[in-house]
Amino acid sequence: MTDCDAVVIGSGPGGAAAAHVLAEAGWSVIMLEKGRNHLLELDPPFGPTGEISNDELKFAFRHFLGPDPFLEPRTFRRTDGDGDRVFTGDVNNLPSGVGGGGFHADGKLPRFREIDFRARAELGPIDGADVVDWPVDYDELEPYYAEAERLVGVAGEAGANPFASWRSSPYPMPPGPDMFGAVLSSAAATRLGYHPYRAPTGVNSEPYDGRPACNNCGFCGFFGCPIDAKGDPVGPLRQALRSGRCEIRPESHVSEILLDTTGKRARGVRYLDAGGTTREVAADHVVVAAGAFETPRLLLRCAVANSSGLVGRHLTFHFQTLVVGCFPFRLHGHRGRAVTHLHDDHMLVTGESRAAARAAGLPYFRAGIVEHGAAAGPLTEAVHLPPGELHSRLMLDSPLRDRLWVFTVQGEDLPQAVNRVDLDPSVRDVWGFPAGRVTYAPHRHEVACSAYVAPQLEAILREAGAEWTITTTSPPVDGENGAMGPAPASRHVMGTCRMGDDPTTSVVDRWSRFHDVENMICADSSVFPTAAGYGPTLTLVALAIRASRALAGLAALRSRRPEGA
Amino acid sequence: MPALFTAEQYRVVEAACERLIPAYRDHPGARALGVATYIDGLLGAFDSDPPRIWAGGPFSGRFGGDAAFARFLPLAPLEELAWRTRIEGSLGIPEREFNGPVTGWQEEYRRGIAALGEDFVIRDPDEQDGRLDALAEFKALLYRHACEGAYAAPEYGGNRDAAAWRAVQFPGDVQPRGYTDAQVSDRD
Repeated sequence: MTDCDAVVIGSGPGGAAAAHVLAEAGWSVIMLEKGRNHLLELDPPFGPTGEISNDELKFAFRHFLGPDPFLEPRTFRRTDGDGDRVFTGDVNNLPSGVGGGGFHADGKLPRFREIDFRARAELGPIDGADVVDWPVDYDELEPYYAEAERLVGVAGEAGANPFASWRSSPYPMPPGPDMFGAVLSSAAATRLGYHPYRAPTGVNSEPYDGRPACNNCGFCGFFGCPIDAKGDPVGPLRQALRSGRCEIRPESHVSEILLDTTGKRARGVRYLDAGGTTREVAADHVVVAAGAFETPRLLLRCAVANSSGLVGRHLTFHFQTLVVGCFPFRLHGHRGRAVTHLHDDHMLVTGESRAAARAAGLPYFRAGIVEHGAAAGPLTEAVHLPPGELHSRLMLDSPLRDRLWVFTVQGEDLPQAVNRVDLDPSVRDVWGFPAGRVTYAPHRHEVACSAYVAPQLEAILREAGAEWTITTTSPPVDGENGAMGPAPASRHVMGTCRMGDDPTTSVVDRWSRFHDVENMICADSSVFPTAAGYGPTLTLVALAIRASRALAGLAALRSRRPEGA
Repeated sequence: MPALFTAEQYRVVEAACERLIPAYRDHPGARALGVATYIDGLLGAFDSDPPRIWAGGPFSGRFGGDAAFARFLPLAPLEELAWRTRIEGSLGIPEREFNGPVTGWQEEYRRGIAALGEDFVIRDPDEQDGRLDALAEFKALLYRHACEGAYAAPEYGGNRDAAAWRAVQFPGDVQPRGYTDAQVSDRD
């Protein structure tokens, strides 16, 4: 006798989608979340808690969304040659709490393109990187993308991005209003021959799924939404709860995945509750959705599902190139959805970009999506200024906030087996478990590609009217501490349980099922074989829906490619 | 009356913060913004229950809705452990030392204020700057907290009357009113 049909570890976008699909299929689901619940009431009608607010101190400085780096430190080193670690603290921390890595996001939810699933076949190998094709292609994933967009509620404009792959259905909502800075930067990009478009965003432009339209408060990226206008993942979580078959247990830290005597089936999990008492959930199936950092950390800690030795390896981020321009007038970037436009041009492999790549000794360049966005709030601005009279003068003039516009390139980060999450040999979390450690250095593709695209982006910002422009990257390219520290600041973490058909070269199969544990699936971005140059969330949600439907024995979703597309 | 600082300590912190965030044209200085009150409130956060760590929500009342920011949120036991350790230090308590001893902010301030000297407040600005520069670590901590006190929501004890936000043309929290689509897209 088990306690539930499925136990889901983690309540972020992937776990939420899985819980929704399984509960809808009639399964009983227990979801364990190690962090607190600030997102929604756990009793009907599952409304907002009222604890989310427009408060920069609480969200950006006081770890309201968790994890608190004192309680759950992570460590970082670039290579094994750095010794045990060069940094301890916040390393790529995604929120730890009900809602997980969707809570803080400003909700850009682009799809990948067809080529992103078969870059190896189309572009060939690249020295020093383990680029592989996905065992899933775009056509197969398309209906799940459409379902993910409906589930979360994505506002967007079909056809606006000329490089997008085909769609079987329109976006559920039209886009919200353009930010003033993006009006300038997208017009300039168009004049210079690029193809900006309104970002597909999981923020309501009209009432959707019982949640209101966004009112443009501006506390979007790195904040929760006080009025529930952001759908990821409150939409799927609420739907899962409404089924009456899903229970969420916050402050429940999974310490161990329990296997049966054959070692090939999971029988449940052991966890610590808020009071530190050890408890168990016996389950017929286990869904691991702790995120691409915490998932491998848990698996390595309890030595589960790692016959390939690849758990934690092929860790990818996005190599971020941040190009900023300072304008002679105010842009009021504190109004609106933080990022309202994107362009894809820099991830296309063209004759020109190939020539530049060859000159750098590489077969191709693929950068990433370019986000046209605003700077952060005044408190973040303040701590980056020098003290003294200059502080007060620059706060009044605001070159680093109200007059700043930012292009963030989410550059494709090529998978390398040496880049990995493992267990720190001595740093511990508050429960006494080894801290997760990142060992990561970018491939030279990322560095050379960033240097290639940065001047093009600076030119766009100058065309838009910027007085000066400057570029920085995260991680820093000179090997020293950059403005955002030595570790990649990216919150896009992927690849640590890569998907594939061969159990010796991958951790999960094409249905996200662990090769070693037949009743256990992974529902987060750990499964990505490559990182592409797009935010991972919509793709991980689509894969989570697909994996959960397969686990529950439901038919695969199908969609039709429109004529001529 | 300060919660944690003595009157003398308070005056030293106030004078030091004024050097870090001085009044300049329309920008109020740290003293006028109540930055030292903010820092005193942070170091004495656990004098209140719930502690003054996370302001409430969803609205402050400045743009409609109930004024809920001032109702601080309760912490979970682990969060209390983290914030007490940060503020009070680990004090040899085993639960706080799972990665070794931690010096708390209260102690950092006691030492830093003492090193600035009782006569700090009556010294000229150049001498004050020199003393701050000689204490690089404490100056960095003080600056970080001074920035928080200047630009965080007024419910945390600084940014008096939201004067810093007004000076830098930032409206602060605007829920539940928000902005119109035209305010988002247009130049002004």
